Amino acid sequence: MSSSDTPTTREIRTDYLARVEGEGGMFVRVRGDEVEEVQFKIFEPPRFFEALLRGRQFTEAPDITARICGICPIAYIASSCNAMEAVCGIELPEQVRLLRRLAYCGEWIESHVLHAAMLHAPDFLGYAGAVELARDRRDLVETALRLKKAGNTVMDVVGGRAVHPVNLRVGGTFRAPSRPELQALVPELEWARESAVEFTRWVATFDFPDYEQDYAFVALRQPGEYAIERGRIVSSTGLDIDVSEYEQHFTESHVERSNALHSTLAGVGNYLVGPLARYALNSGELSPLAREIAAEVGLGDVVRNPFRSIVVRAVETVYAADEALRIIAQYESPEPSFIPAVPRAGTGHGCTEAPRGICWHRYEIDGEGSILDAKIVPPTSQNQKTIEQDIVGVVRRSLHLTDEELAHRCELTIRNYDPCISCATHFLRLEVERA
Amino acid sequence: MSARPKVAVWKFSSCDGCQLTLLDCEDELLAIAGAIEIAYFPEATSAELEGPYDISLVEGSVTTAHDVARIHEIREESGLLVTIGACATSGGIQALRNFADVKEWAPIVYASPEFISTLDTSTPIADHVKVDLELRGCPISKEQLVETVLALLNGRPPRLPSTSVCFECKARGTPCVMVANGTPCLGPVTHAGCGAICPAYDRGCYGCFGPMESPNVNALVAQWRALGMRDDGIVRALRTFNANAPAFREASRELV
Repeated sequence: MSSSDTPTTREIRTDYLARVEGEGGMFVRVRGDEVEEVQFKIFEPPRFFEALLRGRQFTEAPDITARICGICPIAYIASSCNAMEAVCGIELPEQVRLLRRLAYCGEWIESHVLHAAMLHAPDFLGYAGAVELARDRRDLVETALRLKKAGNTVMDVVGGRAVHPVNLRVGGTFRAPSRPELQALVPELEWARESAVEFTRWVATFDFPDYEQDYAFVALRQPGEYAIERGRIVSSTGLDIDVSEYEQHFTESHVERSNALHSTLAGVGNYLVGPLARYALNSGELSPLAREIAAEVGLGDVVRNPFRSIVVRAVETVYAADEALRIIAQYESPEPSFIPAVPRAGTGHGCTEAPRGICWHRYEIDGEGSILDAKIVPPTSQNQKTIEQDIVGVVRRSLHLTDEELAHRCELTIRNYDPCISCATHFLRLEVERA
Repeated sequence: MSARPKVAVWKFSSCDGCQLTLLDCEDELLAIAGAIEIAYFPEATSAELEGPYDISLVEGSVTTAHDVARIHEIREESGLLVTIGACATSGGIQALRNFADVKEWAPIVYASPEFISTLDTSTPIADHVKVDLELRGCPISKEQLVETVLALLNGRPPRLPSTSVCFECKARGTPCVMVANGTPCLGPVTHAGCGAICPAYDRGCYGCFGPMESPNVNALVAQWRALGMRDDGIVRALRTFNANAPAFREASRELV
């Protein structure tokens, strides 16, 4: 962080944002009371996934795209599987689909608890990180770690391992776990569900900055369930489209300061994906327990204060544990464990709700199954413009703060989004310059 | 090494999954954090201590000119430098560019490729500086990571296997998927450490721990051909997360 105080210029800078996935920073210039410019930068080096996928077999896309992000590999696996299944005309049998959803519930628990408890909560409590928090409140951190582990264990059992699971494939799973293998998860998931309820009550007591925005929310919607691994793309502005129609409504543009691409929704502009969007559009589909705790902590029907996203993540963690238990209770090991995928020339689209928001994929393959073209739109690049807009709004209300306090407030604003920079590169330094 | 060694965690081009594996040591994390001084780990904490560092854990591969300069600075400041994961030890999936032309790739992903600054290759850390210890895997194994940290804390060499994945299948009691089902499997040439997960889930190993010491890749290629695999399929199997590891790289070049 640096500061210059010429009479008309105030400049604040954080070069490397901590407690986010990947490498990025931010730049803000303030002249008098006007926020002149905000740049949310991504300098995570490009890895060229869309290029390296060309010439690979369509069945390889899930394992390869998982490597875009170690925090949310299932999002990439599930979106690419959906796309390939769409090309091949495969409809998953119900139990096979539910196995994918179960693995995804594990990822939501792991990712949400990692972010909310380990990376975001320290901001509200004035700690540098969870390890520092553990020096004073070891019990809290131990509980959070056990909760995170419950999510990882679901992925271990269904997927083979928590980071880059191996058992999910186009058409289903390599091997369907037995009913007893899943039943063994029940006691810890029951503890996790109860613990997530307590966690929600705790994070709801944090002191949230007073800030609201009238966001355009975008999320998946699937009648009868809180959409995760399937659904139509809907928005608070009235959009309701099949995932294959995404590119007719959303555009990505490339800006110089960033190795990520900015997304906009036609006729609307910037928009928001992730927990706040899912909650605003689908909270009626949450389980009774998740709805009950959301009501108890006063979330209402729509949350427009991004700082309260941590509470929504906690509610979604309750839901994910609840839903995992529901799936396991009705589970019967499917035979066969997958539908064989026969390639045919065509284009397929897939979209699922990564912990950070919708993760959209399109692949064109030939009759031999070779990938001709790939396009991947991760959630963080979709949120990038909205994050910048939030920073402008927050800085405008916070000019009375010292440079150091303002920088911290901006970092907190960015972490509201749980930005996954590894994903978006294909995304952060914080610099605030006051003029 | 001082009583509480200063440990730094560095990121280069990667997916963050190997750093996450450190945070995934839920049962051990607080005990480890109590035995070391976390001096630099931006993914987990905004606290920072100046170097030098007793142990540096390095994730990711070198893909920019800035990376090259940065890894030399980190080496200067580090007592022991340990690379964690396939990106840091072999170049990762992004090393597929080493077999292609990045100038042709950038416009596929970016509308304004002139904004992008990158090297033509993705290379392992050991291509640039001396590395004291390598942990393989995409991602690394939690058990191997904990063993390594414990060994370094106690001043002994870590017990890491040098065998192939086959040994782990035998230890686990998994029937050989290649013999029993005719499933092509990279297990015979792949470094142990994952616990032979894939065969336990009815699929062939896809080599995410990279080549073992002195692998007989040619013999495996012959076996895969006998199972009916085409050479282009074998090349793709060798060119995934450890495509640039010398044994896999050279074997795949012979088949193109």
